[in-house]
Amino acid sequence: MKAQPRLRLRLSVAELVLVGALALAILVMAQLSPQFLTVRNFFEVTRFVAEAGLISLGMTAVILTGGIDLSVGSILGLSAILTGALFHAGWNVWLAALAGILAGTLAGALNGLIITRAGIPPLIVTLATLAIYRGLALGISQGQAYRDYPEAFYTLGQGYLGPVPVQLIVFALGSLVFVLLLGRTVFGRALYAIGNNETAARFSGLPVDRVKLVIYSLSGLLSGLAGVIFVSRLSTAKADAGLGYELDAITAVVLGGTAISGGQGGIWGTLLGLFIVGIVRNGMTLAFINADVQLVFIGLILIAAVTLNQVLRRPGRR
Amino acid sequence: MYVDRGRQISIAVFLLALAGVLLGAAPSFFSLGNFKDILVNISYVAIAALGMMMVILTGQIDISVGATLSICSTLAATASKAGLPLWLVFAISIGAGAGLGLLNGLLVTRFKIHSIIVTLGTLSVFRGALIYFTKGAWIYQLPEDFRTVGLGTFLGIPNPIWAMAVVLLAGAWVLSATPWGRALYAVGSNPEAARLSGIRVPFVQASVFVACGALVGLATMFYATRFSTIQSNTGQGFEFLVITAVVVGGTNIFGGSGTVLGVMLGALLVGVTGTALTFLKISAYWEQALQGLFILLAVAFDALRSRRRRFTRRAGGGG
Repeated sequence: MKAQPRLRLRLSVAELVLVGALALAILVMAQLSPQFLTVRNFFEVTRFVAEAGLISLGMTAVILTGGIDLSVGSILGLSAILTGALFHAGWNVWLAALAGILAGTLAGALNGLIITRAGIPPLIVTLATLAIYRGLALGISQGQAYRDYPEAFYTLGQGYLGPVPVQLIVFALGSLVFVLLLGRTVFGRALYAIGNNETAARFSGLPVDRVKLVIYSLSGLLSGLAGVIFVSRLSTAKADAGLGYELDAITAVVLGGTAISGGQGGIWGTLLGLFIVGIVRNGMTLAFINADVQLVFIGLILIAAVTLNQVLRRPGRR
Repeated sequence: MYVDRGRQISIAVFLLALAGVLLGAAPSFFSLGNFKDILVNISYVAIAALGMMMVILTGQIDISVGATLSICSTLAATASKAGLPLWLVFAISIGAGAGLGLLNGLLVTRFKIHSIIVTLGTLSVFRGALIYFTKGAWIYQLPEDFRTVGLGTFLGIPNPIWAMAVVLLAGAWVLSATPWGRALYAVGSNPEAARLSGIRVPFVQASVFVACGALVGLATMFYATRFSTIQSNTGQGFEFLVITAVVVGGTNIFGGSGTVLGVMLGALLVGVTGTALTFLKISAYWEQALQGLFILLAVAFDALRSRRRRFTRRAGGGG
């Protein structure tokens, strides 16, 4: 174990790198487009990051325990399709949305159950459920898209409360809950303990399996919620909704300095990571740089940030 | 060496059960032509899976193989259309794969970044760069000699099947009989012990990414040559097929154990389930769900079988 003060110093270096990267991104983007530094555009960025952001919150908790959840994008798609299908089967739209979120939670709980009961590594379990949940979304919808929701439903993904997009408020509340949960509760500390040394955590009496079950369920719940927001924002539910979102979420979490092996990191870093990705995407879109080049930059940022972090974190070693 | 026979038996039982269902529901599944089709369809997956297995054996993973396949396909097709001889096209595809693998390997070993992160990043970079350079255009009208590689036969057996057989046999020999092959198991089981016994761990770790890239480049030659067009987004989800074949085939995801026979069985399982659904007349929209379910069942079945042994083994490493 390392001494406490040194740990704190190292973490702050990691976060400084991120803040620096964020500032650099903002500067460059402001040069690229005059519309970038406007309040209106700031809210556009947040509208864009809300769905990936909600997923990233759950992903942070999952990765902190040393796990991973590759199925989040598929859960988003499944929840979106269920919401659409149930609404078109005559359900009240809000009830349908609730059912969609519930299904997401159950999908996450199933991940957690298989991981803890059968003892199969999370990477494999969620790789399989990635296919299963996406396949269910495809099978249920048979490739069709569900449209035409009541006007009120669109407030969630397209409405404003004052100048603030509604999903930003949802995301902010979610972030707040997670900051408190991870930083101020016994449950949150347990995540770090499990990520640092699962065997030790088990022997010190922590209910490791139950904690894991809860976080995978939470990850599913947030993905389901993101699915409902997705449908509301785009006015349509399609089976390919959220395809590849797992990459965005993992990028944000890891960019934010959470160790992929678990035990180190947190929500603040994830939020920074998320905004770097969001700002780069948005700034490039405003500067008419196409999505493929954006992809290259996101990948480069991920590698560069992690490399820089790694180099700064180990001054004496190697 | 520790061999997970249980997993191989699990897969065999699973395939037999599936065969039983098919025998009742769709006897036409059991034709020589169909078996040939299945083997041709999994040949490129199996070749790439051998590379992925080498990476996973050392406790790493490579998620960028789909993007690598995509780049190699485009380069090979372009080179062939430019009139280059076939051997040079092979060299370009394999070389490009090896080069991209080297990049992954260096990032992993030089900066000690976890390979999930590195390859997640390079996946985006490779794919984005390819679409930028090709402008998303497809490649049409591929030369005859290029397409013969994937569509031709030798002694009545399709070329891809020959390639798969030769590559897997060579792979089995390399892994079991050469110092480099043995080093992969050593590094995956215990990197520190491997280092102390004189194995250059970073070299081994970087070299598996090169091997994996090169094998993906080779697999490309039996994949891209079977189609009349090359799309710039080809190979999407390929990493899913390949990793599935490897882990379902019993290679420990944390490294240290796995067999080439297992990889072959894993690839077979992936191919057979896909084809079986078509024969059982199940809507193609359900294919992905059932494929995922089969995979989960296969892995869970095995996990429950070997529960007691797993309980005592520390699940960790690879960090």
